[in-house]
Amino acid sequence: MNMLNVGRVTRSELAADAPSEAHGIVHDEPLIFELGGWEKTGVDLPDPELDAGDLAGLLRQAPIGLPGLSEPETLRHYVRLSQKNHAIDLAMYPLGSCTMKHNPRLNEKIARLPGFADLHPMQPVSTVQGALAVMDLLAHWLKTLTGLPAVALSPKAGAHGELCGLLAIRAAHEARGDARRKVLVPSSAHGTNPATAALAGYQVEEIAQTPNGRVDLADLAAKLGPEAAAVMVTNPNTCGLFERDVLEIARLTHEAGAYFYCDGANFNAIVGRVRPGDLGVDAMHINLHKTFSTPHGGGGPGAGPVVLSQALAPYAPTPWVVSGAAGFDLVEERRGEAASAFGRLCAFHGQMGMYVRALTYMMSHGADGLRQVADDAVLSANYVKARLSEAMTAAFPDGPCMHEALFDDRWLEGTGVTTLDIAKALIDQGFHPMTMYFPLVVHGAMLIEPTETEPKREIDRFCDALLDLAAAAKAGETAKFKGAPFKAPLRRLDETAAARKPRLRWTP
Amino acid sequence: MRYLPLTDADRAEMLKVVGEGSVEALFHDVPAAARLAGPVDLPAHLGELEVEQALSRLAARNRPAGAGPFFCGAGAYRHHVPASVDHIIQRSEFLTSYTPYQPEIAQGTLQVLFEFQTQVAQLTGLPVANASMYDGSTACAEAVMMAARITKRSKAILSGGLHPHYAEATWTLAHSAGVTTERLAPAPDAEAAVIGAIDRDTACVVVQTPNVFGTVTDVAAIAEAAHAAGALLVVVTTEAVAFGLLKSPGEMGADIAVGEGQSIGNALNFGGPYVGLFACREAHVRQMPGRLCGETVDADGRRGFVLTLSTREQHIRREKATSNICTNSGLCALAFSIHMTLLGQAGLKRLAEINHARARRLDAALAAVPGVRCITPRFFNEFAVRLPTPAAPLADALVQRGIVAGVPYARLDPEAGLDDVLLVCATETTSSDDIAAFAAALAQELS
Repeated sequence: MNMLNVGRVTRSELAADAPSEAHGIVHDEPLIFELGGWEKTGVDLPDPELDAGDLAGLLRQAPIGLPGLSEPETLRHYVRLSQKNHAIDLAMYPLGSCTMKHNPRLNEKIARLPGFADLHPMQPVSTVQGALAVMDLLAHWLKTLTGLPAVALSPKAGAHGELCGLLAIRAAHEARGDARRKVLVPSSAHGTNPATAALAGYQVEEIAQTPNGRVDLADLAAKLGPEAAAVMVTNPNTCGLFERDVLEIARLTHEAGAYFYCDGANFNAIVGRVRPGDLGVDAMHINLHKTFSTPHGGGGPGAGPVVLSQALAPYAPTPWVVSGAAGFDLVEERRGEAASAFGRLCAFHGQMGMYVRALTYMMSHGADGLRQVADDAVLSANYVKARLSEAMTAAFPDGPCMHEALFDDRWLEGTGVTTLDIAKALIDQGFHPMTMYFPLVVHGAMLIEPTETEPKREIDRFCDALLDLAAAAKAGETAKFKGAPFKAPLRRLDETAAARKPRLRWTP
Repeated sequence: MRYLPLTDADRAEMLKVVGEGSVEALFHDVPAAARLAGPVDLPAHLGELEVEQALSRLAARNRPAGAGPFFCGAGAYRHHVPASVDHIIQRSEFLTSYTPYQPEIAQGTLQVLFEFQTQVAQLTGLPVANASMYDGSTACAEAVMMAARITKRSKAILSGGLHPHYAEATWTLAHSAGVTTERLAPAPDAEAAVIGAIDRDTACVVVQTPNVFGTVTDVAAIAEAAHAAGALLVVVTTEAVAFGLLKSPGEMGADIAVGEGQSIGNALNFGGPYVGLFACREAHVRQMPGRLCGETVDADGRRGFVLTLSTREQHIRREKATSNICTNSGLCALAFSIHMTLLGQAGLKRLAEINHARARRLDAALAAVPGVRCITPRFFNEFAVRLPTPAAPLADALVQRGIVAGVPYARLDPEAGLDDVLLVCATETTSSDDIAAFAAALAQELS
């Protein structure tokens, strides 16, 4: 089998002036399938003492078709690949709505203690009292910070938490014999909100936005009614603004017999300063990987615990931790005290590794430090907004923003440069681009979230870079943008071709 | 606060640029009544040493699997993970990067996902796999939803051999969306009853092999019966090491294969985070949930990778998306992929053979204990034993003798009337001494 260079463009096929395959010490790294050997392995294992003759007829006949690499080759492969990634440890990563903040390494160390990492979820509870104590303590912190009386820890990500909240809401309505059909979602919402509502069996109805970037109360009031099960509002919202009419949103929602679901993706802006329970929220998921800094890991794992009001608490999914005279215990089945639980979201108890990291983060900051987190995140975003407004157009210039600053593309009018071009040119300046084209309600959106863990000089460096780009765009230097990035490991990638003829795996 | 770089001087300077007198003023959109005057009622910040001491004390109140003889499986498995795996996943560039939305500066993550997808496809014997799901149980639930979309039918048959938590998670997701699940009676050979339950309303049958009792089944006949009725076959595997030895789901006719990938590269972690595996036939790829990475070229014609087919996904399709999934399990998928790369097919096969041999040793030792009987007809590395007494109190009693004996089936499924069934597992980490100690303690406890 030919494993070399299959499917890849070889040097001779490249244009003469194309960049070389090795840029300094950044290497063009083949796939493992082009590097490894079928008989090679990077682990030393003893001979099995018995053969598998008892499983005759059930055994795989042909080889799997997976190459192996020795340990040195493996290290080199992945370390070379790692060097093609941008990371928060390298430079500012101002992806709005994603909260790319510093990931403390103490959290990693604690999560790897054998007393947490080497525990089986179904060991007798007498052998895991410390783990259950962590879950109980994390629940206490989350309930106290949000001012809500209950929490379901098990959702495995933010969107999973949304599902948890909506299923609790659905169960609460059904318990009253009041099945309702629709969920109201603002036009600026994350895509997960309508997708989750649909998955939970609801029709989705969109609520309009006012010109100042908030929920249109009149439209909300008009759409609320006996069919509305819930209103899902992100607060602070995806425009980076606090919904200043939040108490009125809650009142209208409750008056119509619906529940107020808050998307807590942006809790980072208000943690320690505002308790969502005081705003009339009935359910809110908390992305532990955002506000409480469990690492994003290139796309998960996340964790999305959901805090719940008294009215929704009885419907929380199993499992949960209880404490009694004999110590902590787990409620795992929908019977007895858990008879009204809406179900179970996953096997076992959720993202324990993330609980440990988040609790480590919380205890490090304390009540005072978490409040400072919100203050510094909001101050940094407003500073970015103020500095960049000299050349770029803020989508909502009046009043402060919260933890992220939103710009539109009016300032690019007539330059021939787009939001995408700005994003790609920013890569050449050594930064990860901001979130682009989201929220959908703002044309050519650029959403910048510096977070509280950026030093002022890094924020300044970022603003300087963006202001330089703005000046270049306005000066007609379009060449700087149209082919960008020039200095990244790869140039702009053809995403259209990827989708038209999907190649989703290596083939020999 | 060691994680917050701004100094008071920085803050003052920044406020001046912003044009506000205080940070308080930036929160003026928050209704005054809802603004907290001071910190919430929680402890103040702590130094690194104090946090480490406090949490280490809690860790010390647990009995790690590696502290002595240990025989739990049933969906989560203790395997040896090479040191280089954890080293690589802690590299900043993997640990502290986001979902690869800007492919030019995320080729590391994207190439890993492409390699991971290929590995999962090869292991499951199906042409395409996605970039991972939250875990095996949610992958199973999503597979049922996908089958309902493809067949436009709304009933799933769940084999009685399916892990009860998987069945419950699948019911939870499916029933809210109007898809019913029919779970057959649990038994070690529950797969035998599956074919009889298939009818014209069946969107899919979900069969686990090795099943929760450890039974290994050739599901080819079930695949045939399902296909004859216009239904799909979803095959679940919770122990990914089994792929090294047993026929793959694709080879046996599965349309969708889902699984738990924790066994490869990932620690037990008390149940999470884990990594869901999801593979299917080519024709169904556009109905797949989750992220997909695809190959393309850059402006210079060089090979590169991007997230693709995102028109299935929530950020484009909103309420019409195939799933609400946004995050996958990237770092756990990376750990899986590195460990799989170290193993290669040769290492995985060897590892699987060792696991199987260890379990047979365990079976032989437990079979010698009076009153204990293995009720799993054919197993890979775990099996069920019937005891002369309820399993849960026995497992508790064995803890006092230093043995974590396995998972009482009733803990997963209390209504099944299988209180005397204990699920036990052996892996390459299980020594002959562990097995001897378990058998001796069990004999003493039962005498």
